[in-house]
Amino acid sequence: MSIIQFIQQPWHWAVGGVFIGLTVPLLLLLGNKTLGISSTLRQICAACFPADISFFKYDWKAQAWNLFFVGGILIGGILAGCFLEGNAPVEVAAATQQRLQVYHITDFSQLLPIEIFNWNNLFTMKGLIFFVIGGFLVGFGTRYAGGCTSGHSIMGLSNLQWPSLVATICFMAGGFFSANVIVPWIFKLLNA
Amino acid sequence: MKNMKYLLAGILFGIVLVKAQVISWFRIQEMFQLTSFHMYGVIGTGVVVGIFSVQVIKRFGIKTFDGQPIAIPSKKFDKGQIYGGLIFGIGWAITGACPGPLFAQIGLGFTVVAVTLISAIAGTWVYGLLEKKLPH
Repeated sequence: MSIIQFIQQPWHWAVGGVFIGLTVPLLLLLGNKTLGISSTLRQICAACFPADISFFKYDWKAQAWNLFFVGGILIGGILAGCFLEGNAPVEVAAATQQRLQVYHITDFSQLLPIEIFNWNNLFTMKGLIFFVIGGFLVGFGTRYAGGCTSGHSIMGLSNLQWPSLVATICFMAGGFFSANVIVPWIFKLLNA
Repeated sequence: MKNMKYLLAGILFGIVLVKAQVISWFRIQEMFQLTSFHMYGVIGTGVVVGIFSVQVIKRFGIKTFDGQPIAIPSKKFDKGQIYGGLIFGIGWAITGACPGPLFAQIGLGFTVVAVTLISAIAGTWVYGLLEKKLPH
């Protein structure tokens, strides 16, 4: 088996976890950088639409490395999709499959459900909720919280920061409520 | 270009996010429906490896590759971590993605996620606009 074939196999969660954890020391060693991806959204605002808002008047260029990092994530996604069988079927847990089938989500052959994530949904209620409103909550919430899963849950917890633990608990609480109450309600509305 | 190393690190990180399936909407639903250990395993392992790495760096005073002392800024608590955290959590379960995965999903070929990303940028912008009026 070649090394490429080895990487192409589905990864065990522990392998993924180890590499994600190692990103923390990698960025520190490369140049004292702390992992934190949602900051790039603020940088994009500061660079493109500062609109005289004080929150966007800062030296965003000093953090330019982070824009290269997220550009890399995008390229990594392309490479994983083209060469490493990245968009493989997900072995979704049976209980979740059953619940999703009730919502008419039945295609588990890709990483994301194609019934939601396709351009035909853009100007529909589905697109409004899953892309526009969902995305807005992610951008607003992460900045209000001062970080996202990478900045708080990985980097902050790695450095034993208790505010990051508070943030992570709230991410999870919001997610539990959303996935078990709001998302079922959304599908009921969409499939009515 | 001094930033090319971060582009390379990002490429590796992007490949990991895809292959570990943490960018999968399905995996996020499983995590919040408590039907699979996968996401808990990935994040838990990541945190353990991260804590261990940071402790090693601190205990042994390890420096950056170009010899600078490593300093990690502390996080300050404010109520935003609660309110913002809850809001982000709600969005996370809907979109199936936090900010990093948005970029990886687009790269993987789910190009419509670019709309989600633009909307996330808009959300960040509105936060900036309202920052002073929100409880912190």
